[in-house]
Amino acid sequence: MKKVLVAMSGGVDSSVAAMLLKEQGYEVVGATMRLWHANDDKKRPGGCCSIEDISDAKRVCNVLNIAHYVFNFESEFKKFVVDNFVKEYFCARTPNPCIICNQKMKFEIFLQRAIAMGFDYIATGHYANVEHAQHLRLKKSTDKTKDQSYALFRLDERKLERILFPLGELSKKEVRQIAQNANLPVAQKPDSQEICFIDNNDYGTFLKNYDPLTKIEKGDILDKNGKKLGVHKGLAYYTVGQRSGLGLSTPEPRYVLSINSENNTLVVGKKEDTYSKVCFVKDVSWVNAKPENNFIADVKIRYLHTAARAQVKSKENNCAQIIFCEPQMAITPGQSAVFYYGEYVLGGGVIVKNNENM
Amino acid sequence: MNKIYLDHSATTPLKSQVLEAMLPYFSNSFGNPSSAHGFGQEALNVLAKARAEVAGILNAQREEEIIFTSGGTESDNMALKGVAYARKNEGRHIITTQIEHHAILSVCEQLEKEGFSITFVAPQKDGCVSAQSVINAIRPDTILVSVMHANNETGALEPVEEIANVLEQKNILRQNSALPQIYIHTDAVQSAGKITLDVQKLKVNMLSLSAHKFYGPKGIGVLYVKSGTKIIPLMQGGHQERNIRPGTENIPSIVGLSAALKLCVQNMQTESLRLAQLRDRLENGVLSNIKKAYVNANKCPRLGNVTSISFEAIEAEALLVMLDMAGIAVSTGSACASGSQDASHVLRAMGVDPALARGTVRFSLGAQNTQEQIEYVLKTLPEFVAKLRAMSPMWKS
Repeated sequence: MKKVLVAMSGGVDSSVAAMLLKEQGYEVVGATMRLWHANDDKKRPGGCCSIEDISDAKRVCNVLNIAHYVFNFESEFKKFVVDNFVKEYFCARTPNPCIICNQKMKFEIFLQRAIAMGFDYIATGHYANVEHAQHLRLKKSTDKTKDQSYALFRLDERKLERILFPLGELSKKEVRQIAQNANLPVAQKPDSQEICFIDNNDYGTFLKNYDPLTKIEKGDILDKNGKKLGVHKGLAYYTVGQRSGLGLSTPEPRYVLSINSENNTLVVGKKEDTYSKVCFVKDVSWVNAKPENNFIADVKIRYLHTAARAQVKSKENNCAQIIFCEPQMAITPGQSAVFYYGEYVLGGGVIVKNNENM
Repeated sequence: MNKIYLDHSATTPLKSQVLEAMLPYFSNSFGNPSSAHGFGQEALNVLAKARAEVAGILNAQREEEIIFTSGGTESDNMALKGVAYARKNEGRHIITTQIEHHAILSVCEQLEKEGFSITFVAPQKDGCVSAQSVINAIRPDTILVSVMHANNETGALEPVEEIANVLEQKNILRQNSALPQIYIHTDAVQSAGKITLDVQKLKVNMLSLSAHKFYGPKGIGVLYVKSGTKIIPLMQGGHQERNIRPGTENIPSIVGLSAALKLCVQNMQTESLRLAQLRDRLENGVLSNIKKAYVNANKCPRLGNVTSISFEAIEAEALLVMLDMAGIAVSTGSACASGSQDASHVLRAMGVDPALARGTVRFSLGAQNTQEQIEYVLKTLPEFVAKLRAMSPMWKS
């Protein structure tokens, strides 16, 4: 019997994933990673990695009659995910910590531990598919509204051999139904929202509290021609494409075009100015073998972006230039650009500042 | 092979004789000791008998010095808060150690928030707290010292008696200079039933113990409170337990506690020798078969049934899972609600490298363990450690 270690967050998705694998005849063990906030006095009800989530996972495993363990990866999570998140913000980029968490925590540290412990596979509750043909390919989930393949683009064939995504062919509605039919105690639990380690989605307070020595300094808001329009509260509070919260009294709404940490300025403009056709990415990785240097793909530049047709030109040092057929709104440095060929994830990289010389 | 339980410091199975002793008091003889009628009188007699038994085993001067509580945590809370609140006008300084159980440490942190001043004395590298460092922490406003009898992670025995002897002398001098008397409390949860506890010889004012650590039921414990100790109750209600601990007495569990303690004391000599031999076999076997493994607190007098072993370049929580799947139950530190904790505060206080602390497993032996089981563990363990090390970026063979 093949052994699977299921990464269980205490939510409905990973719970159903564990249940389905057990039904399919795997020997299933559940494990919850304790990543954050566990030592905090002010316990956040329902927050990620809270004691409640850990006990939810334990309750589910109890119903499924499988063993459950807790892994303390707090120091790794802080080092790889949170420190990186804070650093990126202070470098005037808008990071996606979920991608790093998947890459480092779930599919590196957790996976390595599972293999060392003698498991054949790990599984998660991600909505994505692995196609087992001549090569293993990473595919979008069948339910396109829930597809999470974007956040998994760092996986490669070697890792896909060891990973199961039991929810890939299901919709969220079906997953909830399965949980309810099986009387899993988390069937009605709300989906997790936003970034798990930030309370109330309040980035500013989080960044300020995280490292009190780091200064968040006010600076100028400029238009494209360098004319001062107002004052910003600190670059870390802004993201490219953002409209509200600028405090400007221009007749037309203004949008953030770029964030410049060199001179602590924010450049704003009209909506049409936020569109551009070209961007650059670094740290490009590929799920399968690297395609030819120049290819056409559908490129997704943030989790909720609709992938757009583009030409991807590989450059030196794992970089690439992306030229979209149509201009895209708010291409944001720090976010990931993921390349798709139809349903398949080819690879991706991290967007670097527009017009940056490579 | 049946499962092998090597986590007796976390809890122990109830002995069948203990269960038998308890059974009549759930439904046949169910009276409330405070009732005036015959049912009540019968229960009161049972309670008095159990109390006398426990008092005798601990060599308490009076039976009423035994206060039954809900367990070790309540006993520790009662001792610290009960005395701190009763004597806050005499002084507000308390001395404890960095290696106490959280039932002491968290209470001290709470008292700190309430305006008490706490000195957390560091242990020596070997895991023992030096009596002198505790004595050195004494201030004019010190009212209480709390030092555990045996550490729950390493088994290290702490010099409670030595500290108490010095305090006795100090208290005579302090009386002459109108300074507050210094009480001493010891958390003996890990040592009760394993080594002799004589409260008069230890010269302690208070001592905590918990039945489920010595094959008794869970949810019942004792706080020994020497006559004359100033202590106030933490809960209000009835007049039970000398007005210190209100609530209808848990007769079946009290009977279970006294029966379990009695059994342990009767077998103490032979059983502790047997367990120490098994423990030494385990320790020597591990050290000779696994490189870069270290026994914590082995230079310190220790409980005979416990060993805390640090393995370089492994994560103990991964080893725990592998052992569990192979039917061997161990612990990575003290048992914790979420099943996982930061590197142990005890090992950190001893100066153990944090990475090594994360690779530490506690084996605690008990009544069911046999030579055969220990040999099975010794056969299983090296392979698991090797597997984990093969995946570890920190391992350089």
